[in-house]
Amino acid sequence: MSGPRTLFDKIWDAHVVEQLPDGTCLLYIDRHLVHEVTSPQAFEGLRATGRRVRRPEATIAVADHNIPTSDRRRGIAEPESRLQVETLEQNVAAFGVPYFPVLDERQGIVHIIGPEQGISLPGMTIVCGDSHTSTHGALGALAFGIGTSEVEHVLATQTLLQKRAKNMRIEVAGRAPAGTSAKDIILAIIGEIGTAGGTGHVIEFTGEAIRALDMAGRMTVCNMAIEAGARAGLIAPDETTFDWIKGRPYAPQGADFTAAVSYWRSLAADPGATYDKTVRLDAAAIAPMVSWGTSPERVAPITGAVPDPAAEPDPAKRAEMQRMLTYMGLQPGQKLAEIPVDVVFIGSCTNGRIEDIRAAAAIARGRHVAAGVRALVVPGSGLVKKQAEAEGLDRVLVEAGFEWREPGCSMCLGMNPDQLTPGQRAASTSNRNFEGRQGPGGRTHLVSPAMAAAAAIAGRLADAREFM
Amino acid sequence: MEKFTTLTAIAAPLPLANVDTDKIIPARFLKTIRRSGLGVHLFDTLRYDEHGAERPDFVLNRAPYRRAQILIAHENFGCGSSREHAPWALLDFGIRAVIAPDFADIFYNNCFKNGILPIRLPREVCDALMEDVSPGDNARLTIDLARQVVVRPNGEEVAFEIDPFRKHLLQNGLDDIGQTMAHAGAIDAFEQNRAAAQPWLPKIALT
Ligand code: SF4
Repeated sequence: MSGPRTLFDKIWDAHVVEQLPDGTCLLYIDRHLVHEVTSPQAFEGLRATGRRVRRPEATIAVADHNIPTSDRRRGIAEPESRLQVETLEQNVAAFGVPYFPVLDERQGIVHIIGPEQGISLPGMTIVCGDSHTSTHGALGALAFGIGTSEVEHVLATQTLLQKRAKNMRIEVAGRAPAGTSAKDIILAIIGEIGTAGGTGHVIEFTGEAIRALDMAGRMTVCNMAIEAGARAGLIAPDETTFDWIKGRPYAPQGADFTAAVSYWRSLAADPGATYDKTVRLDAAAIAPMVSWGTSPERVAPITGAVPDPAAEPDPAKRAEMQRMLTYMGLQPGQKLAEIPVDVVFIGSCTNGRIEDIRAAAAIARGRHVAAGVRALVVPGSGLVKKQAEAEGLDRVLVEAGFEWREPGCSMCLGMNPDQLTPGQRAASTSNRNFEGRQGPGGRTHLVSPAMAAAAAIAGRLADAREFM
Repeated sequence: MEKFTTLTAIAAPLPLANVDTDKIIPARFLKTIRRSGLGVHLFDTLRYDEHGAERPDFVLNRAPYRRAQILIAHENFGCGSSREHAPWALLDFGIRAVIAPDFADIFYNNCFKNGILPIRLPREVCDALMEDVSPGDNARLTIDLARQVVVRPNGEEVAFEIDPFRKHLLQNGLDDIGQTMAHAGAIDAFEQNRAAAQPWLPKIALT
């Protein structure tokens, strides 16, 4: 490609091994993150064909999706979950893949530990058998989720066959108001463009409100790019990024770091680079958001009310809304801030970083979880947990009536025992509110960590700004 | 992987938009280390009630759709997670083709890796096809991949687009790892160039 290029174009061009006649590219992959749920069949495929892992030193494995988040020195009680973790352990040993064991403090959710360890770096191509791989795009890496057949493909060849995605830019102009967070920004974006708004595109997030975010906030935004249908989310690396990476265990050190930074600086979009689609949002108009339906695009400000399907002109959409309200047990016109909650979940690769736990603890400090509400805080990694404990946040939360758990995906998808029961309603900092996502019949309201903590204290969905 | 050439089969209408992967196969069924056996859990919450009994009104619980090999749905089919368990569950049930106005990207890719043909057709056409297959026993469509057409029961043909490379792999049941392995020399060369140009790129070695 010639002419001015976007950030995505530059990373893509730097990784094309070969272009096939029909435009499909053989794309080189710098980092491959592997977890227990989407890898067993891929390793089985390698065995069946007598193939090896081409570059174990570009691969890192960890178990996160279905491990228990209570005391796990006694192992995993659930036999199928145990088998998946044991299978991963056998596979990494047999194929020589680096692995953080379950009891290692570096263990955690795959999308938390990649950046945390400096394994994920700007300008890289990063894949994982998990759609929220888009998280790593916050560093200025092209990071996307793949299926298990592609996991096998990357293990065997360190490449993927890919068609170039289109460029989309979402500019969030101005400053987000006090009391709003990165989660509110991304929920507002998805509410605006819809869950298929980014299909076929890689979204680059730009604008003052994005630049002003810390790395944790940027990861929250890119994490949910997939919920907008995008192939990946990206934010151009800047001083905030470089400062954050410096000194991380697997990042380049010393002179290597300096050399790396000068390359990373060259990645930003050229002046005049064009995008296939551009969307602009005004940050000043963003309020703390909450989802009311069973799709992440069904969101409203906490000051609002449940919408009335009768006002929707498209009959298919009206029927969909009706179905959502029935599932969620909500009435049109009901004030969002009056909806009672049974469970609060703070964690996940969207909001399981130290900054998220600080935000929740700031609301919880000196207050108490409402009677009848179960509130869980699940740090995103062992190191996040350790840091939070060093800051005394665990005590603040436990004294306020929250449960303080071991790191993992937990109630984000309810593959381990942390699940909603039918009809239970949760305020959750995770990323998906699909029917049954957090347990069969469970009802999920997506919110920020501050909003989740406020809901736990109030016993209902609540405006976090009233607790700040 | 099984080849896909032509298919004449019962098609089941599923007039829902945004059918996410949690609906196709809920997370609690992902604890398998195999690819097969997921068909009984396909669309679990739509298909069974809380006691595990079939919901008689769900399309795949009705004759003749229990034997459906084609599924017709609305927009954004397969959105959500990257789980390949979604196409595995469809395939294990017997589904070889899904027709919808559009698909989520990862799901669309995953279909091809498993011999399932995802076909994009405009919403009006999907609705017309659903209408075609609603009478029950005649609910058959023919898909001819070589000619890139769906043949309606009245004989009318609807053309669809497909990427030529993917079509080739699907028609011949080819594994794309084998295809890529043929480019091993280019991958070696790429790695050597990268190592020379960016010597600071770290390796992951466990300490
Ligand atoms: S925390 Fe949730 S979204 Fe993130 S990787 Fe785990 S299951 Fe997926």
